[in-house]
Amino acid sequence: MSVLQEISSNMKNVKHPSAVLARQASRINKELREGARKPYQEVIDVSLGDPHRAGVKPLSYVRQVLAACIYPQLLDSTGLPVDVRQRARKLLGDCAGGSVGSYTETAGIAQVIRRISEFIMRRDGGVPSYPENIYISPGSRWSVMNTFNMMVNNKGPLRTGVLTPVPCQSCTIMSITMLGAAVVPYYLNEEQGWELQVEELHRALESSKGMCNTVALYVNNPGNPSGHVQSRKSMQQVVRFVSENRLFLLADEVYQDCVYGEKSEFLSYKSVLSEMGPPFSDTVELASFHSVAQGFMGECGLRSGYVELVNLDPTVMKHVYTQFSKDSCSPVLGQLALDLMLHPPQPGDPSYPLYKEEIQNIRSTLVRNVKRVAEVVNSLPGFCCQPVEGGAFVFPRLYLPPKAIQKAEEVGMQPDTFYCARLLEEAGVFISPGCEDGQKEGTHHIRFSIMTAEKTMEELLSRLTCFHTQFMKDFS
Amino acid sequence: MSSVQDVNPMVRGIRAPTSLQNLAARIAKEIRQGAKKPFKKVIDISAGDPHSAGMAPISFVRQVLAVCLYPELLKKQSLPSDVRRRAQKLLGVCGGGSLGSYSTTSCGIPRVQQSVAEFIMRRDGGVTSQPENISISSGCQKTLSLVLHLMASGEGETQTGVLTPMPCPHTLPMLLDTCRVTLVPYQLMEDRGWALDLDELRRALETAKGRCKPRAIYISNPGNPTGHVQDKKTIEEVIRFAATEGLVLLAEEVYQDSVYGQDKEFISYKKVLFEMEKKYSETVELISFNSISSACMGECGLRGAYMEVINLDPAVHKYLRNMQATSSPPVLPQLCLEIMVNPPSPGDPSYETHTEEIHHIQTTLAKNAQRACEFLNDLPGMSCPPTMAGVFLYARLHLPPQMIEEAKRLLEEEGLFLGAGCENGQEDQNYHIRMCVLAPPATLDEVLARLRSFHLRLLNRFP
Repeated sequence: MSVLQEISSNMKNVKHPSAVLARQASRINKELREGARKPYQEVIDVSLGDPHRAGVKPLSYVRQVLAACIYPQLLDSTGLPVDVRQRARKLLGDCAGGSVGSYTETAGIAQVIRRISEFIMRRDGGVPSYPENIYISPGSRWSVMNTFNMMVNNKGPLRTGVLTPVPCQSCTIMSITMLGAAVVPYYLNEEQGWELQVEELHRALESSKGMCNTVALYVNNPGNPSGHVQSRKSMQQVVRFVSENRLFLLADEVYQDCVYGEKSEFLSYKSVLSEMGPPFSDTVELASFHSVAQGFMGECGLRSGYVELVNLDPTVMKHVYTQFSKDSCSPVLGQLALDLMLHPPQPGDPSYPLYKEEIQNIRSTLVRNVKRVAEVVNSLPGFCCQPVEGGAFVFPRLYLPPKAIQKAEEVGMQPDTFYCARLLEEAGVFISPGCEDGQKEGTHHIRFSIMTAEKTMEELLSRLTCFHTQFMKDFS
Repeated sequence: MSSVQDVNPMVRGIRAPTSLQNLAARIAKEIRQGAKKPFKKVIDISAGDPHSAGMAPISFVRQVLAVCLYPELLKKQSLPSDVRRRAQKLLGVCGGGSLGSYSTTSCGIPRVQQSVAEFIMRRDGGVTSQPENISISSGCQKTLSLVLHLMASGEGETQTGVLTPMPCPHTLPMLLDTCRVTLVPYQLMEDRGWALDLDELRRALETAKGRCKPRAIYISNPGNPTGHVQDKKTIEEVIRFAATEGLVLLAEEVYQDSVYGQDKEFISYKKVLFEMEKKYSETVELISFNSISSACMGECGLRGAYMEVINLDPAVHKYLRNMQATSSPPVLPQLCLEIMVNPPSPGDPSYETHTEEIHHIQTTLAKNAQRACEFLNDLPGMSCPPTMAGVFLYARLHLPPQMIEEAKRLLEEEGLFLGAGCENGQEDQNYHIRMCVLAPPATLDEVLARLRSFHLRLLNRFP
C-alpha cells in the first residue's frame, strides 16, 4: 500500500473539510497554555454542535444512572436518589451478565429497542412502531452511512445519486462520497428562512438525469445548519415527491427536541406519512434517524442513536440485518443513554424536579441565545441572519467587501474561511465557514453553535461585534 | 429500494451471519415471556465475552469511569485517591471537562494516544512508538474496516485479497465481504497446535495469483480462536515473507494479555520487526490492532480499540486519518483504553487490588482452559489440542455429517450457545466448535455438564 495509486478511488474523491482552522485553534491553544499574551484568555469553540464543550452541563439524572451502571457498587450507597438506583438496576438487568461490558445483540439490547418503539408510538400519537425495524447505532452518521450503503450500486452504468440540501452538514456529504455515490444538491431558499421548496427538488432531480441514478432524498429537519423547521404542508409535498419519483426518504431528525420558534412545531416524517394514508403510508420507504448527541442531553461523546426503517420489503430487511451485523454491537453505555433520553424521570419521581429544572434551564438558555444572536448579528452591517426555529446552529449570511475577498484569494483561502481564520486569531472565537456546508455560488456564510452557556454566548457576541466592526473598516 | 434487486449488490454479496444468534435471541425472549424450557437461561459462550458469562470487571477501571461520568463522585472519600486523581486527569483532557463532548481529533484524544504509545514502548523494551501513529476507534472491526476500505479496489481478478488464517476470528469473513476484499485462506496446522506454516502461506499466495490481487496478510496472535502463540522464529519468517511479496501485515494482537501456556510468551510483531535488519524494519508495512475486549479487561460492550501504523507512506497515512473524520470515536471507551494501558503503579492505593484481580482472571482462564480441554478430550468423538493463550477452546468433532446437523439442537435442547467452526471460516469437512472458557468456574461446570449431556444423547441416537 506504499503507493498512492493503490488507494481505493472512492477515498481519493472525498472532500475533507478544511483542517486549517482546527490546526490554527490547536496552535493558539498551545500558545495560550505556554503563556503567550493575547487579547483573550481562552478560545471559545463553537465550531461543532457540542454543548458540553461550550459550557452546557450534562443532565444529572443521566450521569448518575450511567455511573451506577458502570460501577454497580454505587447502588449500595444511599448517595444516589432511589429512582436513579432503580433505573440503573433495571438497565443492568437488561445487560448480559449484568455488565455494560458485555456484547449485546446486533441491533441493540432487546428491551431498550422495545422501549424505543414505545417512545416513537407515543410521540407520533399511536402510529405503530415495530421493534424489528429499529437498529441502535453508535451515532447518526453511522446509521445514515449504513442505511444509505444498502442502496448504492457501484456496478451500474451510472453512479447512485442522493438529493442533498445546500447547506448540509459536511460529514453527510463526506459519507455519501466515501460510499462512491454522487451528491445531487438542492438549494434551500435562504430568503424564506431556508425553506425547502418542492419545485427546487424537481429541478435538482431533472438535472441529475443522465448523470447519475438518483435513488434517495436526504432531508434534515430541524435543519442543520439552516435551523429551519418544516411545516406539515412542506413535508406532505416532500412525501408526494418521493412517492412519485420512487425515492427513498432519509429523514435526519436528530434535532427534534430542539425547537425554539414560537410558531414552529416538530412533526416526524413518520407521523405525516401515516396521516396521509394509503398509498403513501404503506409504500413510501423511509428511514428516520435520531441521536443522543443533539438534544438537551448533548452527549455527543457517548455516540449513540437509532434508525427506524419503515415500509421496507422483508427480504430487503434481511440484508439490512446482515449489513448492520458486521459491526458487532453499538457501545452499551450509549444504548443505555438512549433509553434515558427517551424515557426521562416522570412527575412524582424523586429526580423529576431537578431534571425538569435542568431541562428548563437549558431550554431557556437556548431560546435566549437564539434571540440574542439574531439581535446582535442582524444589527451588524454586513450580516443577515434568518430566524433560527430549531437545531443547534445559526448560519448567517456574510456580505464581504471586495477587498476582503481579494485578500482571501491572495492567501489561497475561501473568503469565509479567511474571515473565520482572522476571527480566530484576533478574537479567539472558533466558528466554521459556510463553504464547508455548501452555499450558493458567490455567497458567503458563517456557522456557529448556539448551544452554549449564556455567558459564553454573551462573550462570543461581544468579541464578534468588536472584531466584525474592525474587519469591515479594515477592508472598506 | 423496493425489492431485493435494488439492494446494493455488494451488500447482497455479504455472507449472512449464521442463524444461531437469531435463535438464541428468540429463545431468550421466550424465556422472558415465561415459556418453560429444560433450562433457566441460555448460556452464550460463542463470543469472547467474559462479562456476559459472569466474570467481574476490573474495579479500578469501573471506578474511574464512574467518576468521569458523574464528577460529583470526586467528593466521595470512599473511592481511593488514585481513582479520583486519574478521573480528574482524564476529565481534564475532555472538551468542557465532560466526556459528552465530541472527541474532536478523529484519531483519538491526544493524551490517550500518548499513553498508548508509552505502553507500547514499555511492552516492547524501548522500541519507539509515536503517538501520531496511533489511531483510536470504537472496536477492532471498525479500525480494521477502515484499513481494508483504504486498500480495497478492483473486482474479480483484480480485487484486493487478504491472506486469512483458517480458522480466523468469527467476525472476520463477513467484514472482508463488506469491505469488498477477497478472503484468501491459509490453513493453520491443527496437528501442531494450530501453528502457522510458511510453506502453506506460500501455497496460498500462489493459488491466489490470477484470482485476485493479494495485498495483505492477516495474523491473529495469540490466535483467535486457536489460542496458539507464535514464536519469534515464525514471526521473523512471516515478516520476511511479507517483505518479499510486498504484503501489508495486519497483526491482530488483542489477546496479548492472556498467555498462560508453560514457557510461552507473547512477543509483538513490532518488536520482532524492529530487531531485524533495516531492510525489513524500515520498509515492511505493519498495522497492529489491540482493544479493550481483551481477556483481562473484557470490556466488549464499551467498544474501544486502537491500531498502530508502522512504515506506512505518509500520504497514505494521511488518507487513513481523513477517513476517520466522518465519525469521531466515543470518549468513554478511549478513557477506558487509557486505563488499560496505564494501570495503577506499585505504591498507588489501588495497585494491590488491581494486581490481584488481573491475576485472578489469568489463573481462572488457565485452569478453565485445562479443565475444559481434558473434559472435551474425554468425550468420544471430540478432540482438543492443549491451548496456550486466548479465551477460546477450539475443538474438533469427529462425527459423521448427519450428527453435525443435530448439533444445532444444542442451543434448543440445552440452552447452550457455542460457536460453529464454519463461522471461523472453515468450510471443509472438519467440523469444529468454539467456546469461550473465561467464565466463573461454576458457569464452566454448567457448560460442560450441558455439553456432555447433549453429546452423549447425540451419540446414543446414532449408535
